[in-house]
Amino acid sequence: MGLVESGKLPKTLSKLLNISRKYSIWAYQWGLACCAIEMGAAFASPRYDVMRLGVIPFPASPRQADLVVIAGTVTDKLSPAVVRLYEQMPDPKYVISMGSCANCGGPYWDSYSVTKGVDQLIPVDVYVPGCPPRPEALLEGIVLLQERIAHEDMAERWKGEPIVVG
Amino acid sequence: MTATSDRDQLDALVARAHDNRVNLDFETEGMTLNIGPQHPATHGTLRIVARLDGEEVVSAEPVPGYMHRGYEKLTEVRSYPQINTLINRIDWLGSFANEVPFILAAEKLMGVEAPPRAQFIRTILFEMSRIANISLFIGDYGLQLGGMTAGFYAFRDREHVLNQIEAATGGRFHPNFDRIGGLKDDLPKGWIADTHAAMDKLLAFCDEMDALLMGNEIFQSRTRGIGVIPADIALSYGLSGANLRASGVDWDIRRDACPPGMAYDEVDWTVWTHPDGDCYGRTWVRLQETREAAKIVKQLLDKIPGGPVMAKVPRIIKVPEGEAYVETENPLGAMGYYVVSKGDLVPFRVKIRSASFNNISVLPWVARGAYVPDLVSILGSLYFILGDIDR
Amino acid sequence: MSPLSSADTTTDAPAEDDVEVEVEVDERRQAILDELTSRLGDGVVDSHIRPGDDLWVRVERPRWRDTGAELKAMGFAFFDFLSAIDWMPSPYGRDMDAQEDRVVAGEAPPDPAPVEQGYAGGDTRFQVIAHVIDVERSLGVHLKVDLLDDELSVDTWSDLYLGANWHEREAMEMFGITFLGHPNPVKLYLPHDFQGFPLRKDFPLLARRVRPWPGIVDVEPMPGSDSDDGEDE
Repeated sequence: MGLVESGKLPKTLSKLLNISRKYSIWAYQWGLACCAIEMGAAFASPRYDVMRLGVIPFPASPRQADLVVIAGTVTDKLSPAVVRLYEQMPDPKYVISMGSCANCGGPYWDSYSVTKGVDQLIPVDVYVPGCPPRPEALLEGIVLLQERIAHEDMAERWKGEPIVVG
Repeated sequence: MTATSDRDQLDALVARAHDNRVNLDFETEGMTLNIGPQHPATHGTLRIVARLDGEEVVSAEPVPGYMHRGYEKLTEVRSYPQINTLINRIDWLGSFANEVPFILAAEKLMGVEAPPRAQFIRTILFEMSRIANISLFIGDYGLQLGGMTAGFYAFRDREHVLNQIEAATGGRFHPNFDRIGGLKDDLPKGWIADTHAAMDKLLAFCDEMDALLMGNEIFQSRTRGIGVIPADIALSYGLSGANLRASGVDWDIRRDACPPGMAYDEVDWTVWTHPDGDCYGRTWVRLQETREAAKIVKQLLDKIPGGPVMAKVPRIIKVPEGEAYVETENPLGAMGYYVVSKGDLVPFRVKIRSASFNNISVLPWVARGAYVPDLVSILGSLYFILGDIDR
Repeated sequence: MSPLSSADTTTDAPAEDDVEVEVEVDERRQAILDELTSRLGDGVVDSHIRPGDDLWVRVERPRWRDTGAELKAMGFAFFDFLSAIDWMPSPYGRDMDAQEDRVVAGEAPPDPAPVEQGYAGGDTRFQVIAHVIDVERSLGVHLKVDLLDDELSVDTWSDLYLGANWHEREAMEMFGITFLGHPNPVKLYLPHDFQGFPLRKDFPLLARRVRPWPGIVDVEPMPGSDSDDGEDE
């Protein structure tokens, strides 16, 4: 671990590390609303199978997860739970915000009880737009995340600064 | 055990337990188990504060509101077509069914009647959304009770119905296809034949579920005699749909109080009831309903008349002054919209009567004395969608 | 196709289209209204029947609980919903065009529109409305009751109709109405520290205050073609 943090890892090894990381994501799904069904179709149905990308769904708890897919509307009442869930995940962790409700409030942009986008609470890596996004769109989001992981600088990550979006 | 004597303590606890930072050290006897808001067995973000005495549930108080999006306030600032887009997302599994009572209420106030072809197609899509919804329920119920195979089969076979809905409307769910005065578009070519094939596959799926799930010994022992709701309690709480019919009350809005604008007079179908009122009865009634829905769709497909799909309505919809309430037999139960209009582009007040709201309010009553695993059984069999409870 | 009236066609007159000359009488609903009036006496303040469709009854506030009990005795056992209506027109405008939102830009606010109630009349800003159904006869009744402006309270129905428990909790937190005798008057949907009563008309939706709706705009035209936004047909 000290090698990774201090940035002294040779390039080939860090590339290997990144490739192996990107193909072994354990994805926790925080399925809240309608997007959860499309996420379920992407993760669990044989048609839009996500396991072929190396992403395995349904970890037993957030403490074992690498990726959390926030799918659905986040309300103000639920926000403490979302933050707590994010804090429970160990580093390195990634967040995909799925659907327009999680991206920006979506069709409920003017509601009194909806958090206008989950990025007000936690840092987000990939936004998947749509209402609901098709399972293929979520798979593309995961592929984008995998590309991001592949080009990631591990030293930067392990220094402990969170990736702040925006 | 003095299980029910500290009601006041529990009231204070529940009153304070509205954010999820419940202090679990409070208990001296019994334990408070916080089920949710994120939990595989609750269909979404429902939180249940269960007070346990060993393995037995003393009280289970559901705390909804984690998906409350403020629909009724939002409808006061949106025009009717915009509301149509929004209300698709209340019951997000059988989405077309959410639009229908609202459109019928608006049509009632405007005095417009959709042309016959539109009524048939509307009913067909309505029943198809019922199939899409309930087939997932049955699969998911198996999943919650531990039989994961049923869940995968459900997702796979549901795709047939979603394909057809997507072919006709453009959206797998959230079709936003219904319009005041008819439908947005006509059906594509070849849709009728494909839907016949899809319905055959769905009937095969129902038979498969019968064999796989309903006859399974473990399933039966986990659902028979569990969560019995007598008919008078069911009526008093306002349970509707399969929950009510499983308690022996023979009431189906499609047959008894169908609002104008649907084509149910043209078909022959049975309404199934079950005398027991337990979890098994509710699941059984739902399975039969799915079969009936497939049969209804097949009958209607053969009878669709020709003609336009949209009546003559103005482009900017202003609904005349008045109040109307339309309730239909949605997949989850009886869903109704009480629309108050003052003659504007925008309704004055829309009260959404959602089925799951009443369905879940019975949980404190039915969960007394149940065991914790039974709680999962009962919750699953009452079948709710969080968007429907919380609106 | 399907007739315009509800499923029972025994006593109702034909479609509402030709109602100019004769006054339709909906005998079944009239019978219910008469029975309710005879049970409640002058508790029934006003009523409205839409023939073949629905029945609205407004009752006096002190008789609200009796109304529930009498309806239950008459066979209306299915509890449908209970909610409230705020009849004050929204001071933020309810139209889609930007003219109401010019207030944000500094113009004088428009004169407040009058408070007008709907079917079965009303005298106050807030009304509680309930709907119960008799499943044997497949008929429903809407009940309305006025609430005093300075004391928004009415008796609870939660021991008569068990389902009213949650509906009343929702009305409590959304409108600020007190249901006297409710066993568990805590918030249902909103976080416990939410301030204000959202469904009241004077509760603003702040996202729309900050950035006013630009009015009905036509869909952005496709490059090089006509710009008609054909929604129907």
